[in-house]
Amino acid sequence: MSGTLGKGHVGTWAALVHRVSGILLVLFLPGHFIALGSALEGAASFDSFLAWTQQPLVKFMEWGIVLSLAAHLGGGLRVLALEFLPWRDWHKSLAAAAAAGAIAVSLAFALAL
Amino acid sequence: MNARAQTYLWVAQRASAAVLALCVAVHLATMIYAIRGGLSAGEILARTRGNGAWLAFYSVFVLAVSVHAPIGLRPVLGEWLRWRGTSRDLFLLALALALAGLGLRAVLGVFL
Amino acid sequence: MSNLKVKVWRGSAEGAFQAFEVPRRESQTVLDVVTYIQRMLDPTLAYRFACRVGMCGSCAMTVNGRARWTCRTHIDSVLQEKKEITIAPLRNLPVIRDLVADMREFFDKWARAKGQFQGRLSRNDDFERINPGDPERVQVDAGIECIGCAVCYASCDVVAWNPDYLGPAALNRAWTLIKDQRDQKKMARLRAVAGDAGCHACHTHMSCTERCPKHISPTAGIAGLKRESILAFTGKSS
Repeated sequence: MSGTLGKGHVGTWAALVHRVSGILLVLFLPGHFIALGSALEGAASFDSFLAWTQQPLVKFMEWGIVLSLAAHLGGGLRVLALEFLPWRDWHKSLAAAAAAGAIAVSLAFALAL
Repeated sequence: MNARAQTYLWVAQRASAAVLALCVAVHLATMIYAIRGGLSAGEILARTRGNGAWLAFYSVFVLAVSVHAPIGLRPVLGEWLRWRGTSRDLFLLALALALAGLGLRAVLGVFL
Repeated sequence: MSNLKVKVWRGSAEGAFQAFEVPRRESQTVLDVVTYIQRMLDPTLAYRFACRVGMCGSCAMTVNGRARWTCRTHIDSVLQEKKEITIAPLRNLPVIRDLVADMREFFDKWARAKGQFQGRLSRNDDFERINPGDPERVQVDAGIECIGCAVCYASCDVVAWNPDYLGPAALNRAWTLIKDQRDQKKMARLRAVAGDAGCHACHTHMSCTERCPKHISPTAGIAGLKRESILAFTGKSS
């Protein structure tokens, strides 16, 4: 991967953020599903898991996952727009719009925590 | 895998992306709303137990993710790990089934 | 004016950058600098050029990390990015020697994408009438000025990551032919450009669009190919 990235232009960064956030999400999901599945054993087991999530490091990682989800959604909407909407020259700005949206969502989440 | 199958994968990826755009928007809004003032199992389960609408919504969400995530991972494995060929596709199929299985188990877990 | 400090790639896949000092002149281009080095300092330097006026694309090289036409790149603009100038051959292509890249694979992929026009009229027929304002013709016109310089190909991350990927120029060419009302090979060409080595491998980094010296947007054409590919495989086959 070294030295081949189209140096410093916004489309490459948007695509990389989209890819890295997707990788983080797919690594996170099995754990997420297993944890929720612990609810099958009843509310007590689920509550003990939720207690674990109150730790600051876990809360920070949760926020990271929400940011990844919002960023991945933003990047994905950019791709869908580029592939399916009639071509316009301002499409470069879609990356900025996606980023702004992702940050807004993650701020809302952070405030709610 | 021939070009025809690869084209179908791309279509499935974009279709599931459109479904997920809606699901994720709802999920993010719900989570931001729900975690205000902390989150307990009781609160979550009070919302989801016996609720057919949430069951349907999250089932669709899980199935869309089970399609979208493996297809999305496919070029990453091919381009960054140089993993191509049938073994990669079999791994991704297994991943799809695992996500669907674990996900639907979780959905049932909060519904039943 | 003082001298320019320039680093130039010497060798092929293995090699090293060699430093030179070149007198600074007004309105100097990177091609002027390379030419000075070869004529005055080291005649063994290998490089390509032809028209020197931004029409042929032969002088494309990597300057300070970015693929560009060296005859149209002023030293002034390069020095604004960084104070030193590093010149290397185009990326994503084998290096023959020094600044000369082997373009064969670039054109082989053009052929694999079925980048040749196939008409149906003969010299005995009247001209095909094409309305220049026709929306499909407008899309074609946006892509036909490509001169095959390989700047887009050298800038593409997917080309770097996936050796089979046909690349932006070949796919853009396929797009202009598929949209050309005169062309007869639409379905065969769509099948040739679909899949892991074709349009579906594009991840819309848009480096090609960003760097194309003719301001073509291969990303737009590739997006069009993705949409058209749905037809090739789910519509009537021919």
